[in-house]
Amino acid sequence: MFCLLAETSFHNLQELRHNASLANKVFIQRDYSEGTTCKFQTKFPSELESRIERTLFEDTVKTLNNYYTEAEKIGGQSYLEGCLACATAYLIFLCMETRYEKVLKKIAKYIQEQNEKIYAPRGLLITDPIERGMRVIEISIYEDRGSSGCSSGSSSVSSSTAR
Amino acid sequence: MSAVMISRKVRKWEKLPGKNTFCCDGRVMMARQKGVFYLTLFLIIGTCALFFGFECPYLAVHLSAAIPVFAAVLFLFVMAMLLRTSFSDPGVLPRALPEEATFIEMEIEAANGNVPSGQRPPPRIRNIEINNQIVKLKYCYTCKIFRPPRASHCSICDNCVDRFDHHCPWVGNCVGKRNYRYFYLFTLSLSLLTIYIFTFDIVHVVMRSVEDGFLSALKETPGTYPFFFFVLVCFFTLWSVVGLTGFHTYLISLNQTTNEDIKGSWSGKNRVQNPYSHKNIFKNCCEVLCGPAYPRYGPRRCVLPQIFHVQKTTAPLIPNEHTPDDAKASIGVSAEQSCSPEDLPPSFIPPLASPETDAEASVAKDNSH
Repeated sequence: MFCLLAETSFHNLQELRHNASLANKVFIQRDYSEGTTCKFQTKFPSELESRIERTLFEDTVKTLNNYYTEAEKIGGQSYLEGCLACATAYLIFLCMETRYEKVLKKIAKYIQEQNEKIYAPRGLLITDPIERGMRVIEISIYEDRGSSGCSSGSSSVSSSTAR
Repeated sequence: MSAVMISRKVRKWEKLPGKNTFCCDGRVMMARQKGVFYLTLFLIIGTCALFFGFECPYLAVHLSAAIPVFAAVLFLFVMAMLLRTSFSDPGVLPRALPEEATFIEMEIEAANGNVPSGQRPPPRIRNIEINNQIVKLKYCYTCKIFRPPRASHCSICDNCVDRFDHHCPWVGNCVGKRNYRYFYLFTLSLSLLTIYIFTFDIVHVVMRSVEDGFLSALKETPGTYPFFFFVLVCFFTLWSVVGLTGFHTYLISLNQTTNEDIKGSWSGKNRVQNPYSHKNIFKNCCEVLCGPAYPRYGPRRCVLPQIFHVQKTTAPLIPNEHTPDDAKASIGVSAEQSCSPEDLPPSFIPPLASPETDAEASVAKDNSH
C-alpha cells in the first residue's frame, strides 16, 4: 500500500477533474491604474455570482493586493536590504531570503488557507498569481457532478490520504 | 490490491518553452548563443590577469600596496555582477495555458464583433489607463498573452520579458526587470575598473620613463606585446562601456527602458508622456536601483514525479459522485501539502495509462524521456 496522492499534485488532480467534468475558469485581470505595481481588479466577475458571496471574493483580492503592496514597498527597509546586498555583491541573497520571497510565502499560505476554507467547499480553486506571471488570478470553477465518461472502468489507483 | 508506479523525476524547467539553456538544476538561465559572453569573460579576466601579473608588483612596491588590493576588490565585484546578470532569469513571463489562451481569444472575438470576410481583423490591442495616460497593451502571438506594460518579446530567447530592456550578447542573456540593476552595476563597475587599470598602466609607464627614459621603459616592461594589446582593449572598452554606463544612467533617471527609447515611445509632442516616471530623478533612480528583488515567475525548480503506468485497483483516481465528500476534501488537502501550488508546472498533465496498457508500453514511454 503506498500513498500516490502524497506525490500527485493538487493541480494534476484538478486537471483530471477538469477533463472529467465541465469546468470553467475566470481570470481576474490586473489593475494598472496606479502604475505597474502589482494590484488586481476587485470587480466581481459574473460567473462567480451564483458560487460565492461578493464580500468574500473582494476580501480575498484586497488582502492579496495588500500583500503585494507590502512586498513591493520602496522604503527604509528595501533601501537597507538593497545597500547591504550591493555591498556584498549580492552574494548575501544566496543565504538570505529576500523580503519579496518572504511575502510570497505568506501569500501562498494565505491562498491555500482560502482555498481550503472558503473556495474548495464552493467548488472553486484559486491559483497563485505568481504561476501566471502576476498577470491574472485564475479561479477555476468546478461542477458538482463527477465524471460520467471517465474513471469507473479505467485506471485507478488506491487513493489513500497522506500519512 | 497493489499498484505499480514507474516514475521519473522531471525537472520543471526542462519543460519550459523558449530558447534558453539551463544549468545547475535550473538555477542558471542563459540564452543559447554564449560565444560573445565567453569573449567578455576572456577580455575581463585576461586584462586583469596581465595587470596583476605585470603592473601590480611594480606599483605595489613603488606606490602603494592598496592599489592591487582595490583592483582585486573591483575585479571581484565586476565578475559577481556579470555572472549575476548572465545567469539570472530576466523576468520571463510564463506563456498562457490553453484555457487562458482560449478565454483571451473569445474576449478578442467578442470585442471585434463580425469582421466581413476578406477584411483583415483589427490589431489585437488592449487600452489601459496608467496614471491618467492611455497605454496600449499588445497581444503576443507566441505567448498568447496581452503583454503587461513595458514587457516585450525577445526573439532571440523566444520569451516575453517583463520590463524588457534589451538582449545583451555580451552577457549572453536578456536584460529585464529582475536583472537590470545587476547589468547597470556591471557596466558601472566595469567602467571604473577599466579607468583604474588604464590609469595605472599609464602611471606605470610614466614612472618607468622617469627612471629610465621612455623607449627603454617600454623594452623593460615585461610582456610588452600583450601589454599593448590590453592597453588597446582598455582604451576602446573605456569609450564604449563608459558611454553605455552614461546612457543607462540617463535612462534610469527618466525611468525608461532601452526598448522604449529606441522605439521612441515617450518622445515627441504628440505622444504620451512616460507614465512610469516619478518626474523626480532621485525617485526614479531609487525605484530602479533600490527597489525590491523581484522573484521568478512561473514554475519553480520543484521536482515532480511523472506517473507512467498504473494498474487497476479498487478506489477511483478521479473523485466522482461515488467518492464521499470528506475523501474529496482530504484528497485535495493532502496533495497540496506535499508540493505547494506555485511549484507546479502549469501544463503538467501526466499520461494516465489504462489497465490494458502493458508493461512494455510503459517502459517504452520511460525510455523515450
